[in-house]
Formats: sequence, structure tokens, C-alpha cells
Amino acid sequence: MLTNFKNSRPQQFSFLFIVFLLLYFLVPENENSLLWRLPPLLKDIPLLINTLLDNLMFKWLTVPVYDPDWQMYEDKPIFRIITRSIADFLLFLIIFIREIFLGGLQTIGSITGGAFKEFKWLYLPAVPWTAVVIGLFILGYRLQGLGLAFIASIGFFYVSIFGQWEPTMETLSLVLVTAPICFVLGLSFGILGYLSKKVENTLQPILNIAQTMPHFSYLVPILVLFGIGDHAGAVATIIFATPPMIRLTILGLKKISPEVVESGLMSGCNRFQLLFRVLIPTARRDILIGVNQVIMQCLAMTTIAAFIGAKGLGFNLKVALNGLKIGKAAEIGICVVIIAVVLDKLSLAWANKQKDYFANLNFYKKNLATIYFILLTTILGVIAYFSAFYFEEGFNYLYLIPFGEGLTIAPILDAGVDWIWETFFYYLNIFNKFLITNVLFVMRDAYLGMPVVSTFVLVMGAGYIIGGIRSCIIVGALILFIALSEYWNRALITAYMATFAVGVSAILGIVTGSLCARNEISAKFILGVCDFFQTFPSFIYLIPVILLFGITDTSVMIAAIAYASVPATRYTVEGLRSVPSSLHDAASMSGVSNFQRWKSIELPLAFPHIMLGINQTLIFALMMIVLGALIGTEDLGQIIMGCLSRPNGAGIGLTLGIFVSFICLAADNLIRTWADERKKLLGIE
Amino acid sequence: MSQSSDNSNTTPVIKCESVYKIFGNNALKLLENSNGQVDAKTFQEAGCIVGVNNASFGVNKGEMMVVMGLSGSGKSTLLRCISRLTDATAGKIFIDGEDLLSMNSKQLIELRRNKMGMVFQSFALLPHKTVIENIAFPLQVKGTNTKESMAKALEMVELVGLKGRENYFPRELSGGQQQRVGIARSLAVEPDIWFLDEPFSALDPLIRKEMQDEFLRLQAVLNKTIMFVTHDFDEALRLADRIAIMKDGIIEQLDTPDNIVLNPATEYVKKFTEDVPREKVLKIESIMDAYDSNNSSSTKVSKDAIIETLAESILNSKEILTVVDNNNEIVGSLNPTKVIKVIFGK
Repeated sequence: MLTNFKNSRPQQFSFLFIVFLLLYFLVPENENSLLWRLPPLLKDIPLLINTLLDNLMFKWLTVPVYDPDWQMYEDKPIFRIITRSIADFLLFLIIFIREIFLGGLQTIGSITGGAFKEFKWLYLPAVPWTAVVIGLFILGYRLQGLGLAFIASIGFFYVSIFGQWEPTMETLSLVLVTAPICFVLGLSFGILGYLSKKVENTLQPILNIAQTMPHFSYLVPILVLFGIGDHAGAVATIIFATPPMIRLTILGLKKISPEVVESGLMSGCNRFQLLFRVLIPTARRDILIGVNQVIMQCLAMTTIAAFIGAKGLGFNLKVALNGLKIGKAAEIGICVVIIAVVLDKLSLAWANKQKDYFANLNFYKKNLATIYFILLTTILGVIAYFSAFYFEEGFNYLYLIPFGEGLTIAPILDAGVDWIWETFFYYLNIFNKFLITNVLFVMRDAYLGMPVVSTFVLVMGAGYIIGGIRSCIIVGALILFIALSEYWNRALITAYMATFAVGVSAILGIVTGSLCARNEISAKFILGVCDFFQTFPSFIYLIPVILLFGITDTSVMIAAIAYASVPATRYTVEGLRSVPSSLHDAASMSGVSNFQRWKSIELPLAFPHIMLGINQTLIFALMMIVLGALIGTEDLGQIIMGCLSRPNGAGIGLTLGIFVSFICLAADNLIRTWADERKKLLGIE
Repeated sequence: MSQSSDNSNTTPVIKCESVYKIFGNNALKLLENSNGQVDAKTFQEAGCIVGVNNASFGVNKGEMMVVMGLSGSGKSTLLRCISRLTDATAGKIFIDGEDLLSMNSKQLIELRRNKMGMVFQSFALLPHKTVIENIAFPLQVKGTNTKESMAKALEMVELVGLKGRENYFPRELSGGQQQRVGIARSLAVEPDIWFLDEPFSALDPLIRKEMQDEFLRLQAVLNKTIMFVTHDFDEALRLADRIAIMKDGIIEQLDTPDNIVLNPATEYVKKFTEDVPREKVLKIESIMDAYDSNNSSSTKVSKDAIIETLAESILNSKEILTVVDNNNEIVGSLNPTKVIKVIFGK
């Protein structure tokens, strides 16, 4: 009996659940009882962070700095000088790129201290939008072919004629500045991590936290350190987008066959030659997939960075959403999606492009694309110059279509939304009310009525069953940190929303994935759909749900479910499709039915991979739930949002971000341990 | 002719003295405690894996030494110790009399740039370089200028029979062609010592045969000092001057192919030799008798010829033949019944 219990997971879990339920109902609700809630011993952490930041920025390590305006020396903390110089440098780069696309003289002006401000002839004209579109056509053609050329150029053509050129170029300039910085940082740290086990072990937990922390939580500290504006947005973007580059660099370098490394060594390479002439070129594709990730993350973050003053599409989107101008928001959203798709396709094409041999071509043939580009840009520039005489002042459509002066479909979209509301309001409202009163609130109250001791028993017990004493302690410590803060109840609400969203997403994803994995065509199709939806910045998901359900918990839930179903579906399809064909043949010869095949062959083999998908689903759902605070929820996210407008918000924002990250890491630990164990049992790597 | 006996008075190009390679954290300590008596099982219980166990041998100039063993026998580890891709745990290795293990990384790079070449099982070509760029790579890291290294690489392309494909990328070549590139690359710096780690194992049987022939042709021209690792006993017999058979890190027997076939030292070696057709391995020398001037006919056969190649004509002649060496001097006589014994009996 006892040995049976030792080996049977289901029995262990049932026992754990019974203990959990007993504690749940036996422990009375009493604010002073340690079994019900732990005291907020750690409530001073936000304050500590604030004090630390304050000291760093205003008190510690001051040096005298000459202030030219006041013509005297002033004591300034070194740290502040450093952060502000970084900020100035980033701002300089951003403005420089913006001037290429939008025109102006500020960068040259700032270098020369404004000496040339008077000269009209020095006014830097922008590249006309027509040239950018043609440039993208040529780039797309060179990287992949006509298909990509048309996607890229038509995408940007659309953006231009709908009058979104200015904000788009502002966003793009942020991406163009941050992406290369992320690339260099990510590649360098990745190489260091590859070369030294110690560095990798130090990086790993930092990367874990950085990738699971909601974006909003570090916006405030950045605001404090770097000030408000585009540069703060750039810093936030760099922090957010570098980790995946580091990960993929380490992964790509580790994937290189040891024989290639040995062949490099036997060819007589020194360390430097080995790194730059053997390792990095061999891992080229993985590194460029990292670049693709960086670009997508940068784009996603630049829209969110609008909250700390970054200009661009995100800013306009925020304004439109705040004013509940759904049509306008949707129009901007479409532009963001278009840019996301174009950048994704271009960078992927670059990663997949294999080097061709061209040493036998002459200079003209080698540089054909560049020559065409320069030629066409010049021609289009001249046309734009002369068209200025044709169009009225300030409206040179062949140079730049001013913001809001292009075509618009906002009225049509608004009318559509109105129609939907008028036609379906009744049903939507019934659904909405039903979900909120009969499901969500019930679930929330159940979570809030959970004594802290039973939560710990459940979580640590699961840790013990799955990963032994080690997992038990890790998970317990992560949760304890939250339980000792003032925000336990809020965390419970976040947890309830996450549970609901993950549950629904997992069912949706596994069912859809299983159905689509039946045959190759539908599997490819659904993976394409997943790719498409994954390119969207998370922000975009909120637009249609607000449109349908207004500002309620339901909206946030549905956005989270939509966003989080993507990884669940993708991993299910990938897992099921990876079952080797020999096993399928063996199963067919044993005479299995379709359902038997799915249940007893595909699912058990795909299970570890699907679990990793659920892990991703949780991270995605939590990100969206915190983001959902934008449109009003009452969980951790809402306080994080609130911090944006509070002077001492930095500490609270950061602490709560870490809480959300800890929830992710605790779940991650359990799921990953479990999946790894299954993988080992099945003998798959 | 056994080259080892001919050159025994000159210093070997490669010399190993009690080389051990043991993987694991406290390998060195365990080894010191064991007084040279390494037992794979007790080491495994202590968390260590024995790769190479007390290997001592020498390889002479121009000799082809084949290391044969099944997977996990430590043959590749031994090769990597001698190329110092991995550091031996204990023992001494000399390359041209110089102590390999005491070299610093700069000396090691110099050694590899000038004296060593290596061919790998999975080809290990650089995917971003063309055939000719791959072959020129060792020259370029050495600092040879582009024009010179390209000229040399082109020469190598011709040597391995890939002319016309020098601007292809590895992905555009078949396995056999890729390995030709690997061979050309390893020869580009004109090394004295040539390491080959299961170079033909990843190829189809027909291609493998073709590549072995090609390899023998190359060696006849180049006359390098070679260490060749394989798990294929037939390949070892076909190519080797001497074969070292390894099991669990220990060299079970190190001898010429015909001696191994005729006198397997251990039960393990015997398992390999049992099914080997002797006439394909043994030379006339191994079955000849002392010269008997009365009975022998005037028909001469070389003592180095493999029996199989001459079997038909020997059996047809029905008389006792005269065996001569390279200088056409008489060294013995051969009774055809001996040949029949080799082919049909034990």
C-alpha cells in the first residue's frame, strides 16, 4: 500500500488536494491568524528601492561639474551624470535617424552648438517616402524574391497613404537605434556566456527574471534614472529586447558540432580567429534569428514605451485608446501590425538567406541593388523637390503625407463598431454579465478565501511531488516573498486571472492544435497563423476586445486568452508532428483508430513539449493581464500602472514586477522539472 | 616488409609513453592512488570514465598506424590526446622528440599550423565558405597572403579531384565530395603528421571503397606519417602498416595486419580475425619456406604480394615458386599447397 503510494503520482496529488481542501475549509478567516495571512514583514522593500535610487541620483559620490549656464561649479552625483550621458547619447542617435526619415537640422545643430541654425540651406531634407518604399522593395527582392518585395513595399505604401508616416518613422527610428545596440550587447554577453560557465550561470537567473517581468514594472525606475522621453523608451526597449539575443547566441554557439570547433583548432586558429572566423559564422543563422527576435521585441516595446514619453505609433495609440476612439485606434493598430509583419519577414529572410558565391562578378553586378537604390532615390528626391511647386504649401504628397492628412477608414470602422454594438449588444452583454457574475467573481472570491497555509501546502506539495525537496524549497521561497508583502490579496487576484486564462487557452490550444496536426497542410496553416499572431505587439490585442466588451474584466480575459492560446496551439502542433513516422507506421499496423492514436501514442510522446507550451502560455497570459490594467482591472497590474503617475512609484513598480516574475518562475520550475523528467523517461532530447 | 623493424633505430615521429585519459572531476587523484593499475570498473564507481588506459607506442616517419576499436573503446580520445584537442591526464607524448604536453598555447598553434593536419568523421567544413575558401582556411589563419593561399588551395583541389567545383559551397556537395574537401584542407599546410578520425565512416559502402583507394593513392604520393582511426576492421586491414586494436581504453594488440590475423593476442582480437579471409590479408612472405634451390622453378613472385592477387597463377603453375624481395634477391620458396591451405583450411 505504502510502496504503491510512493510510486503513484495520481495518488500523491489526490492526497495533496485533500489536505489542501481540508485546510481551506478548516482555517477560519481571521486577519490576525498566521495561518490565514502572513504579516507584511517585507513591506519596506519598495521604500528601500526608492531611497537607493534617490541616493544614487541625488546624494552619493558627487563630483563638481562646470555648468556653462550658471558659469559655476555644481556638485552632481556620478551616477546621475552617467545615466544622463547615456540618455543624451541615445537621444542624439534617435534624432539623427529621425532626421533622415523626417528631415530637420537638430543633430548638426547640437554638435555645432547651434552655430548653423541660421542657414536655411543646411536644412537636412528627409528621404521622400516614395524612396523608402522603393528601397524596401529592392531589399525584399534581394533577400528573398518578388513576393517579399511586394509585401514590404505595399505595407509601407499603405502606412504612408493613410497618413501614419510620421509616427511610423518615429517608431522605426527607435527600433533602428535600439535593435543594433541590443544586437551588440546580446552578442557580447552571449559570447561571454558561451566561453565561461561562470558567466552563463550568473546570466541565467537575470535573464529569467528580465524575460518574465512585465514591461510596465521597470518603466518607472527607468523614468527616475533617465528622465522622460524617447531615450527612456529606448533604455526600456534595450533592457527588454537584449535577453532573447543573449539566449539565442549561447544556444547557437553551443549547437555547433564539436568537430567544427576541433577543425578550427587543428587549422591553427588562435582564440580570436576561432571565435570570429569559425564559431560566429557557423552559428550565423541562430544569431540572425536572435536579431529577428530583437527587432520584434523592440517594436513591441516601443509601443509600450509610449507611457514614458516615447513618440511614435504607440503614443498615438495610447491617446486614441484613452479617448475611446476605437476606429482611430484600430487604424493605428493595423499600421503596427503591418510594420511588425514586414520587419519580421525581412529579418527572417535575412536569417535564412544563404551566402552565394559572387567573387566572379564584377563591381557593377555585385552592387546592382545599391546602384538602383541610389539612382531611384535621387530621381524620387528630384520629383519630390519639384512636386513642391505643384502641391500647396506644406502638403507635398510625394515627399511626406502629413499626419492625419491621408486616407482614413476610421469612420467606417467606427460605424462598424456601432453596428456591432447595436446588433449584438444584448447578447454580448448577457455573455459578459454571465461570465463576470457566475464565473469570474466566483473564482476570484474562492481565491481570496484561500488561507495562506493551504496555498503553501498546495504549491510546495506539488513542488515536492514533482521535483523533490529542491523544487519544494525553490517554489516555496518564491511564493513566501510575495506572501510577506502587502500585496498578497492582489497577487491572489492576478493568480486567479492567470489560472482562468491559462486553463481556457490550454484547452483551446490543445484542441485546435490536435485537430490541425491531423494532416500536414492544416498543420502548416495553423503554424503560419500562430506566426502571424505572434508578431503583433501584445498591446494590439486590447483594441478589438475593448471594441466588443468595453472596459471590463471580460475584455482583459479574452485578450489574455487570445494572446496566450498562440503558444499553446503552436507547441501542441509541433509536439504532435514530431512523433516519428516509424511509430506511426507501427501504430497503424497494430490497427489503432484515430482517437487511439492520438490518446495513446501522440499525446504521451508530445506531452513534454506541450507542457513547455503551457509554460509559455502562462507567461503570455500574465503579461497580458498586467497590460490589461490599462483598461482597468484590480490586480497587481493595476497598481503597477498606478505607479507610472506617482513620484515614489519606482520602488512599488519594481517590487510588484518582481512578484509577477516570481509567480512565473515558480510555475516555470514545476513545469520544466516535470517536462524534463518525462523527456528523460521517453528518451527524447 | 614491416616498417617498424626497418626504422626502429630512428626516433619515431609520434611517441606515447604511458598515456592516460580519464574523464571526471577527481581523475588525477584517483590515478595517483592507483599506481598505474587502472581498472575501468572501480573508476566508474568513483564517477570517472576511463578513455585511454596506459597507451605506449611510437609511429615512425611515413608509417600508417591504424587505431581500430568499437565505439567507446577510446580510439578517438587517444587521437585527440595526440593532437592535444584534449589534454591527457597523465603520461608523455612526443612529437618529433618535442614534449607535446609541456607546450604553451602559442607553441601548440605553431605546431598545428605547420606540422599537423586532421580529417573529421562529419567533415566539419565551414558552411559559410566555398570549397576553395575552406581549403585555404588553414593557410589564411596562418597569415599567408590571399594570392598564395588561393594558388595552394587550387593545387589541393586538383590533388583530391574536385577541379571545377572550387566555388561550390559544402551544402552543394555529396558526402564523398565534402570529405575530399576535408582531406584537401588538412593537407593544405603540407603537414608531416596526418590525423584521420573515422574519415570514411559517414559514407556509403561503395563511396567508402572509392575513397579508400583514393586515400592509398594519395599516401603513395605524399608519404605522410599517419594516425588513422576506424571502427571497421576490414578498412584497418586494407590500409594499415600497423594496427592497434583498442578495447575499454587499453591497446589489446599492436602489430602488422598479417601478424594480427595469424596470431591474435587476446580472445577479443580473435573475434575480429575469425571471419577475415586470410588470402586477402596475408602476404606471400608469411607462408614461404626457406629457399630450396633444387625444387624451385624459375617463376618468381614478390614476397610483399597479397596471396589473393597471385593465387590463380600460383595454383595454375603447379610447381614450387621462387620468392624474391624488392631488390629481386631470392629470399625463399613457395609451395602451392600452402596457398590451398590458406584459402580452404585453417
